[in-house]
Amino acid sequence: MSTIDTHNAGQHAHHEGSYLTPHGGALATIWNWATTIDHKKIGVMYLFAIMFMFFLGGVAALGVRAELWEPTRVVTQVVEGETVTSYTGQVLVNLAPIVPGVESEGGVSAGMNIYNRAFSLHGIIMTFMVIVPSVPASLGNFFLPLMLGAKDVAFPRLNLMSWYIYVFGSIFAVAAVVMGGVDTGWTFYTPYSTMTDADHLRVVFVILAAFILGFSSILTGLNFIVTVHKLRAPGMGWFDMPLFVWAMYATAIIQVLATPVIGITLLLLIFERVFHVGIFDPRMGGDPVLYQHFFWFYSHPVVYVMIIPAFGIINEIIPVHARKKLFGYRAMAFATLGIAAVSFLVWGHHMFTASGELAAMIFSALTFLVAIPTAIKVFNWVATLYKGSIAFNTPMLYALSFLFMFTIGGLTGLPLATLATDLHLHDSYFVVAHFHYVMMGGTIIAFVGGIHHWWPKMFGKLYNERWAIFGCVLVFIGFNLTFFTQFILGTRGMPRRYASYPDEFQFLHQLSTIGSWILGIGFVVHLGVFVHSLVAGRKAPENPWGGLSLEWETESPPIEHNFHHEPIVKHGPYDFDTVQPPHTDPAEFPMPEPLRAGERTH
Amino acid sequence: MTSIDTGGKPPQNNPQSPALSTEPRWKRQPFANHWRSHAEDFDACKIGMWLFLTTEVLLFAGIFVAYAVFRMWYPEAFANGSHHLDVHWGALNTVILLISSFTVAASIRNAQLNQQGLLKINLSITLFCALLFMIIKFTFEYAPKWAEGKRPGVWFSYPFAADPNEHIWWSLYYSATGIHALHVLIGAAVLFVILLKSFKGWYGPKHYTGIEVAGLYWHLVDVIWIFLFPLLYLIH
Repeated sequence: MSTIDTHNAGQHAHHEGSYLTPHGGALATIWNWATTIDHKKIGVMYLFAIMFMFFLGGVAALGVRAELWEPTRVVTQVVEGETVTSYTGQVLVNLAPIVPGVESEGGVSAGMNIYNRAFSLHGIIMTFMVIVPSVPASLGNFFLPLMLGAKDVAFPRLNLMSWYIYVFGSIFAVAAVVMGGVDTGWTFYTPYSTMTDADHLRVVFVILAAFILGFSSILTGLNFIVTVHKLRAPGMGWFDMPLFVWAMYATAIIQVLATPVIGITLLLLIFERVFHVGIFDPRMGGDPVLYQHFFWFYSHPVVYVMIIPAFGIINEIIPVHARKKLFGYRAMAFATLGIAAVSFLVWGHHMFTASGELAAMIFSALTFLVAIPTAIKVFNWVATLYKGSIAFNTPMLYALSFLFMFTIGGLTGLPLATLATDLHLHDSYFVVAHFHYVMMGGTIIAFVGGIHHWWPKMFGKLYNERWAIFGCVLVFIGFNLTFFTQFILGTRGMPRRYASYPDEFQFLHQLSTIGSWILGIGFVVHLGVFVHSLVAGRKAPENPWGGLSLEWETESPPIEHNFHHEPIVKHGPYDFDTVQPPHTDPAEFPMPEPLRAGERTH
Repeated sequence: MTSIDTGGKPPQNNPQSPALSTEPRWKRQPFANHWRSHAEDFDACKIGMWLFLTTEVLLFAGIFVAYAVFRMWYPEAFANGSHHLDVHWGALNTVILLISSFTVAASIRNAQLNQQGLLKINLSITLFCALLFMIIKFTFEYAPKWAEGKRPGVWFSYPFAADPNEHIWWSLYYSATGIHALHVLIGAAVLFVILLKSFKGWYGPKHYTGIEVAGLYWHLVDVIWIFLFPLLYLIH
């Protein structure tokens, strides 16, 4: 173990170096990372793998938006007595030479085939390979043990294994893409997934990928639950844990309970596709709606696997950057668990038009329950900001963007949960806009905010605040331009998953496409900021934001075993009114003035 | 929880150099250095295994739900299909799995009491039961049925089916018992590794985590069968 120590000598008795210290030459370092059981390295490897998949999914999304720049028109001409059909306004058709198996057939042109594959690819990658693992696997892996004051997660080798499973699963998905892609949509609904393209194995590959990724998700969740139960630092009771840890815990419970169901579903789907067992095939007495029930019994709870970690990040960012005790800690913790509990009871709202009236009514009523704990959270965040000392830096701006967009996303869920309005809105762009506001405006925005919040701790380097804010503003504008237009398109009747549309929708579609470009540029700016920080960033102090949770007590970047001494917890994670943050200058992070007689904080 | 300031070093009671000692393996087996004691390591592994068993139960829950739905849709097909199963082989396999569950539980006790000989015998009996189960399953259950055309989905070619939807029954029968058989194989593979390690003296009174969690898994495999057996063989 390296004992090199070049900074802050004298403050601590140093025994070991940062976890990023290279071990020997380049090959030895690579081998060290590939076989590491250090949760921090695994978290960083997850972070880069997820960023790469985000890039792939993002390129597919840009392709989808590019195709929608113009509506596809079918032009039929009679040339020398023969009818010739041609298409105008297609963009993705230019990719036809490099995409195998997309000949036009049965009224569907090659361009439309590619469009179907592009949006399926986007959905599958973004859901299974980006958003589901995003926060828990990367930031969660890195910070859960640090926040608990532990040396590692409960099962470090299992943790490494789950990373390899993730990569293995992703390779299957990417292989399917390279071989020509699939057009099943990310939900693999039967009969699309069992009957289309019977001549190739790509659909099986993608389903297998989702199945394998499920294992990675289960193992991470299992690891986190045991970690939270068994590895809290001395003095840390359940209600002394940072809310990010609560969020990871609730997420892990859902992962462990819901993911096996998608496992068996996808297994049966593979049986169905490969062996034609008939369980989901109505021609053989099977039931495609059963597949939908199975699928959503997992995939609805998993929506909360995607969003609850985002709540956790916002719970950390807002109190730290507003220098204010979090409002309603226990309400937050119970709301998190409440959402996790309700999440298992609402899968039917994805199938209102495919299920019976009574079932639809019950599911509709249950769905409204979700609004209660989420509203508690939003109110608590706003109450935390009230009279706070708000720093308008990148993490905080992302947290504010999150509040704005998640609220829009949440509120537009209500008309979709209402049966009467849902009949008109289902499968329209309104749904697309709604879940992008929650999944991207919620999860991805919080994720990027969280990366900025913890970047100095993870890599020991500060990033360029000005450029990061510029990127944040671009993402905010681009996102809203892309997806708010889609709410309007949806209410006017634009159905999802079509390459073509009536001419009067073109203006809004073009606005949306321009928004997608701004969004893309915003992320490129962030990438530049990250690369610049790694290469030339200033050294980060231990506690740049004045945080109180345990990860700010160790060095930046943390040492290999996280802490020099096992921390003993003496204050809560949000006690900004009574505790001077560790490693900070009181002049820079002053304590609030004592209250005068008769005054109250809230 | 105790608050021991270990100064970043593992506590003293953690044996760190197993290679230098001549004691049996289980006495010098260290615990991972993010734990404070053997007991914590053991507890965590047990919680982890229980959580994993939860996921297994939920995996089979999908099969059970499919069974319930299709049974409700096609009660005739299910009743007919069930008559084609031989309850004797099913019952024999149930008994075999129950015996194996007993022997695996006994082997954990053997480890706790340091009865190294009995430990290996009990583990071997468990593995033998697993083998017997698979042999019965394939030679006396799957093979004859497959030969008669009682196959899943489009493969179904049994000419005397009384109900047009009987292939759905067979699809579920093969899916459920097939996935269960896969679990038997996985459990047996794990127990085989445990048996090999037990020859090297890995398990004893202080250290029997591996055998305990593998035993838990084996019990689950057994419990799933306890549910599959009546659903498939006994209810007509």
